[in-house]
Amino acid sequence: MSDFLSTLIGSPVAKRVGVPQPTRLRRYEPGTPLCDSPVLVAGEGRFAASLSESLRAAGLVTVGSVEEAIDTIGAVVLDLSSATDPEDLDALRVLGAPAVKRLRTNGRVVVIGTDPATLTDVTEVATQRALEGVVRSLGKELRRGATANLVLARGDASAGAWSAVGFFLSGRSAYVDGQVVRVDAGAGVDDDPVKPLDGRVAVVTGAARGIGADIARVLARDGATVVAVDVPSAGDALARVANEVGGTALQLDVTAPDTGTRIVEHAVSRHGGLDIVVHNAGITRDKLFVNMDEARWSSVIDVNLRSILRMNEALLGEGALSEGGRIVCVASIAGIAGNRGQTNYGASKAGVIGLVTALADQVRDRGITVNAVAPGFIETEMTARIPFATREIGRRMNSLQQGGKPKDVAEAIAWLSQPGAAAVTGQVLRVCGQSLLGA
Amino acid sequence: MASQPRPRAPRRAAVLGGNRIPFARANGPYAKASNQDMLTAAVDGLVARFGLAGERLGEVVAGAVLKHSRDFNLTRETVLGTRLDPRTPAYDVQQACGTGLEAAILVANKIALGQIDAGIAGGVDSASDAPIAVSEGLRQTMLAANRAKTPAQRAKALAGLRPGHFVPSVPENLEPRTGLSMGEHMALTAAQWGVIREAQDELAAASHRNLASAWDRGFFDDLVTPYLGVTKDTNLRPDSTVEKLSTLKPVFGRGEGATMTAGNSTPLTDGASAVLLASEEWAAEHRLTPLAWLVDAETAAVDYVHGDEGLLMAPVYAVPRLLARNGLTLQDFDLYEIHEAFAATVLTTLKAWEDPDFCRERLGLDAPLGAIDRARLNVNGSSLAAGHPFAATGGRIVASLAKQLKDNGGGRGLISICAAGGQGVVAILEA
Repeated sequence: MSDFLSTLIGSPVAKRVGVPQPTRLRRYEPGTPLCDSPVLVAGEGRFAASLSESLRAAGLVTVGSVEEAIDTIGAVVLDLSSATDPEDLDALRVLGAPAVKRLRTNGRVVVIGTDPATLTDVTEVATQRALEGVVRSLGKELRRGATANLVLARGDASAGAWSAVGFFLSGRSAYVDGQVVRVDAGAGVDDDPVKPLDGRVAVVTGAARGIGADIARVLARDGATVVAVDVPSAGDALARVANEVGGTALQLDVTAPDTGTRIVEHAVSRHGGLDIVVHNAGITRDKLFVNMDEARWSSVIDVNLRSILRMNEALLGEGALSEGGRIVCVASIAGIAGNRGQTNYGASKAGVIGLVTALADQVRDRGITVNAVAPGFIETEMTARIPFATREIGRRMNSLQQGGKPKDVAEAIAWLSQPGAAAVTGQVLRVCGQSLLGA
Repeated sequence: MASQPRPRAPRRAAVLGGNRIPFARANGPYAKASNQDMLTAAVDGLVARFGLAGERLGEVVAGAVLKHSRDFNLTRETVLGTRLDPRTPAYDVQQACGTGLEAAILVANKIALGQIDAGIAGGVDSASDAPIAVSEGLRQTMLAANRAKTPAQRAKALAGLRPGHFVPSVPENLEPRTGLSMGEHMALTAAQWGVIREAQDELAAASHRNLASAWDRGFFDDLVTPYLGVTKDTNLRPDSTVEKLSTLKPVFGRGEGATMTAGNSTPLTDGASAVLLASEEWAAEHRLTPLAWLVDAETAAVDYVHGDEGLLMAPVYAVPRLLARNGLTLQDFDLYEIHEAFAATVLTTLKAWEDPDFCRERLGLDAPLGAIDRARLNVNGSSLAAGHPFAATGGRIVASLAKQLKDNGGGRGLISICAAGGQGVVAILEA
């Protein structure tokens, strides 16, 4: 019944009677341009010049003002990183509004600012913080698959800004909207833009199905050798994924005490090293707090949080994760906004966010980054089981008015895994279409 | 003058690992799975475990005992359905229950001779999806009609049809030359050797106990890939005890001396297994660590038709020949894998090796081979607990034994498998 309703609501009939139809999002395909040209690059900030250069090097046409563009505009990059006073903010409106008016379907707005945490002057902090309000509001105004996101620089280094801007412009960020990413001085280069993970060995837990399977696929597409990990009972689906991506299947329960060691042993002995770890394995055991039993509580905490803490000890040990390695955890908006019936799950996912923040600082000197992505409503087997009405609300309660795909989460993870994303660490990137939850 | 190519010295063949699907009792969860489906699943699981997608291997060798005529090229068709490079050649073998082990020996021998560098040996059987054929009378009539050149000749041929011709021919677990089932044969041998009921039930209980404990400690995490929702061998009864087994009624043999029950005989089973073998160099190039080496093997056959020897006694003859060739005694092994066709098979085999008269008269030995340490026998369970999809048993045993030897930090293991037609296949693994 609920499948029938889903079909109906997306049908041409529904469209004609006025049911809003979501825009088909532009999703990344290897070898295609980052985004449509021209890209308006404007603003007085310290990154505008180098970003224009990088965009042109990537084969895009850039313009300095909206008048230069003949027709529509593919994307708008506004560098406000040098704004120090509230009156400087008006430049956003002056430069941006005419361009946004002419923004193409699936267009992009990326604003660059300076991380207020690096500033001391109260006026400057207030000014830079204001950018977040602009971007989050603009995200809700944009239609037809367009997104608005903010990059906050922690210094003058431009490599990180370029990596983040490139991600937000591209189809990799299809379901990332209204978000803020901070970039520091970490510098890395993607030698091959089509295969940025070439030569890297990646481990993905929970890889047998859903989001985990797509993470394996996208990492492999980007050049990584993938070790697909899941519980022995999911071994048949796991084998299919591993064979599809030309990787290896490793049947392991992430909660076993020696799992981290076994992953390291497998990756090093079979593939010669370990560069990327994606902690994706997770379970839900929903129950209202007052009815929550011990088994539900502890299994969720153990699988979703404790296992990561335990595995990381081995993964970050001697001869394990390489210098410049990447750890990406899958959190959830339930860990940010909370969810009725999910005190256990919310605890585990909020815990993951804490873990990411704290661990990032500890391994910074080894060039290792630690980040999390927090998926919102993603179309998976799990969300397909939600009753129709609840699901339809969950699906539409975001600025893009649709659910995301597992691939969208995978793309964000693949970006954070790139050598070029060295400047992004200790962050939580939401892949939620700017969900109203936890906003 | 052109230089003569020098003969190459044989090299060692390594067992790198294995994969099987959980074994399931016949007419259960795999009832609608074909041999090709199951073998494909077993091979693809192996491919995933070892990252062999797109890899061209030297050869894939496998077989099935119960086989449809359309599956004449079963293994090659299987390879074409897996993630292996389709340019991987394959062939079928059939040596009854010895099929799986014989396939491993064949692959190992080609590796040893340098003819291939790596290969997969496997086996599969479905007792559920069994081939049912038309009766011999109908077949002959149809062939005669096909040969007919005129309508009159065709009508004449078809006039020979009789109602009885429409009764299909169902495969039976009978020895063609004696008309006795394997169980009936074994019952004769068991009675001859005085194998008692309690000993058989004890062996069966131990098989279930050992298999259950292997599953519990995760031993099969890298040996088994689930299939069709089955994650564990369905015949396994972890709570099996001698007391429970003793309540079952005998199904083979007659009267007082009947000792063989459904509990101490293997059930009809569906399943598939595959083993990856390779040369030392190939393993190193692929960053794979050998679990064990397939050192040597021997086959034997007995004349059970004329009553000279029991149907399942051939391994008893094969092992002393294998030991002599390798300068070993029966006690020089850390682990023994004696296929449990029936509990009585294992017990008779052990009794025969301990019997001075038998060893002297039948095996031509000065002294009996002697007893083995029973604690080293079938330590991770065997066919009584796991079930016995005929051709898949060899692969199950080779992979499990190789892994256990590796886990032990080295050692030597003996495999002994009896087969229909009075045959036996035995082999030595070393780690």
